[in-house]
Amino acid sequence: MPARIHSLAVLCAALALSLTACKKEQGSGMVGADAKGPVVVGHVASMTGPEATFGVSSDRGFRLLFDDVNGKGGVKSRQIKLVTLDDQGKPEEAATAATRLIASDHVSVLLGEVASTRSLFMAPKAQMAKVPMMSPSSTNEKVTAAGDYIFRACFIDPFQGYVMAKFARETLKLGKVAILKDVRNDYSVGLARVFEAEFTKMGGKVVAVESFNQGDVDFKAQLTNIKAASPEAIYEPGYYTDTGLIARQAHDAGLTIPLLGGDGWDSDKLYEIGGAALEGSYFSNHYSVDDPSPRIQDFVSRYKAKFNVTPDGIAAQAYDAAGIVVDAMKRATDLSGPAIRDALAATKNFAGVTGDITMDANRNPVKPAVVLKIGKGGKYEFVTRILPEGAPAAPAPAPAAAPAAAPAK
Amino acid sequence: MVEFLQHVVNGLSLGAIYALIALGYTMVYGVLKLINFAHGDVFMLGGIFGFYASAKWSSEAKDPTFLGAILVSLVVMALCGLIGFAIERIAYRPLRGAPRINSLITAIGVSFFLEYGGQVVFGPTPNYFGILPRREALTLGGLSVGYVDVITLAVSLLLMVVLQRVVFHSRIGLAMRAVSWNAQTASLMGINVDFIISFTFVLGSVLAAAAGLLYASKYPSVHPLMGLMPGLKAFVAAVLGGIGSVPGAMLGGLLLGLAEQLVAGYWSSSWRDAVAFALLILILLVKPSGLLGRSDAEKV
Repeated sequence: MPARIHSLAVLCAALALSLTACKKEQGSGMVGADAKGPVVVGHVASMTGPEATFGVSSDRGFRLLFDDVNGKGGVKSRQIKLVTLDDQGKPEEAATAATRLIASDHVSVLLGEVASTRSLFMAPKAQMAKVPMMSPSSTNEKVTAAGDYIFRACFIDPFQGYVMAKFARETLKLGKVAILKDVRNDYSVGLARVFEAEFTKMGGKVVAVESFNQGDVDFKAQLTNIKAASPEAIYEPGYYTDTGLIARQAHDAGLTIPLLGGDGWDSDKLYEIGGAALEGSYFSNHYSVDDPSPRIQDFVSRYKAKFNVTPDGIAAQAYDAAGIVVDAMKRATDLSGPAIRDALAATKNFAGVTGDITMDANRNPVKPAVVLKIGKGGKYEFVTRILPEGAPAAPAPAPAAAPAAAPAK
Repeated sequence: MVEFLQHVVNGLSLGAIYALIALGYTMVYGVLKLINFAHGDVFMLGGIFGFYASAKWSSEAKDPTFLGAILVSLVVMALCGLIGFAIERIAYRPLRGAPRINSLITAIGVSFFLEYGGQVVFGPTPNYFGILPRREALTLGGLSVGYVDVITLAVSLLLMVVLQRVVFHSRIGLAMRAVSWNAQTASLMGINVDFIISFTFVLGSVLAAAAGLLYASKYPSVHPLMGLMPGLKAFVAAVLGGIGSVPGAMLGGLLLGLAEQLVAGYWSSSWRDAVAFALLILILLVKPSGLLGRSDAEKV
């Protein structure tokens, strides 16, 4: 009995101590948010889980840029501090992480997510707290429609679907294509919808539409049906894990036609999973490592020096997203949420690695896309660059993609 | 027609894996009247151990050989057998006399322990491996059979034949059936019941490990939660065939695999799992003891 009382007393003391400790920490945090301390930027990412390379690459892109800026004296003579929370690739976790970063870390800007579904879970939190949110790579249209504080650094799905449709029809001269989409993923559904509309409009024919659920491992039944429709290619806008498995099974099912996809393929894991079955397939992406332009080569060499790997498109997007944010912070009158938001919205001709970026009225950037081919040994070969329809500086990317495909919401 | 045959082939090769896992459920249920929910996670460990063992002996990067694949399989099956033994010894044996619901809840606990402990130890990120040398798919007319599927079918059939021999034509199998019939009487006849139960767990876990390796060769993505759905479906397969019945588990597994592929092929892949479970309910409504299950008279 005495022992128990004793331990209770210790527990109380510990609790009291930890409470005061918390208070103190919070206090210093508040000071940091106001004046001379670092500017805190939060990042929600899938650092582990089935889309781990998305999170890790994004984080590296951010760190490369922020370290660079900090080395040159920071922004408004304050250092930038990046706080990254892992969501394991789960939407609910992403929402929780966003809330935590806003409420307890008092972040000035929220970065993330790569996956559109998870960005959609985070956006309401940022919008409500009036904290500007910048998604580096979420391409679903709905993401920035969540509110006027939500931005992105990448092109949107209608444009990506349009790029692949144009490439399949005009460059590869294909007539019959099958679609295999992930019905549990906003991104995949969006790309597939626009691709189907655009490809049909350009005179091609979609001969089969099959679906799967993210996390499925068996695609044999769908592939058997696709084979029966004898298409010349399969448009499969999924993520890299599913894509790798699909490529293998397609190969086993005797389908030797190319797969076509989007930036969700972009990961060095893709080839590890899919192997030789992927060779000869194409996907749309944000940039190409092989692009000789000095802006890109400088980024690639600095990234390699720091992390010892070649940056993927996701990393380049993150680097640009961070660049746009820092640029906006410099132009903003102060570092409050509304001030940074206004500056972000006014971004014009920002010279990024993935192209010159201008924000349109819907907070979506206008910029070109590239098509890459997967060559021998998994090397990405640059094939072509496709500009938004009409003038490169059109107010909205691929405006023609929208009417047929999306009955405006 | 070719399409239909293709769906059938795909279904059989998936069903064979369900059957291998279902055998573990059904055997443990036979001797212990316990639904060992941790069984799907032993299957998962088979895949994960396979990943680590193959990195050492026979990975895709190092140009795998059949000899390497056999070595990896033997090591992994032995390890999982050991784990099956440990699970029974540590988690279930102390509850032998307790009400059945206690063991059931413990089984769910062990399952969660393996799944989430696995996420801590191995990380939640999927890993990829292939222990078999790459070969082109076999084609017969328009039919195309992946060579991993051929191996899956061959290995599962072989294991099922071996199991059939063990259970029905060996002394230890006789003892297993005796314990399953009535453990108390069996122990009066001089059968070491604890040993037989341990043996059953080891046997089931070895089969689960084999299933894990085959599954991971077919769908090369292993992670700590990969046992969840296949485990549940194998359980459905075991109940479908008549839980406690060894041929029933095989039949149930094959049927379920077929049903899934046909539903995904002719209807929609989103309905695949719903149909698996609807099938379970239907069969149980019509034949509560399962397809090949025996209905014992309730002892009063």
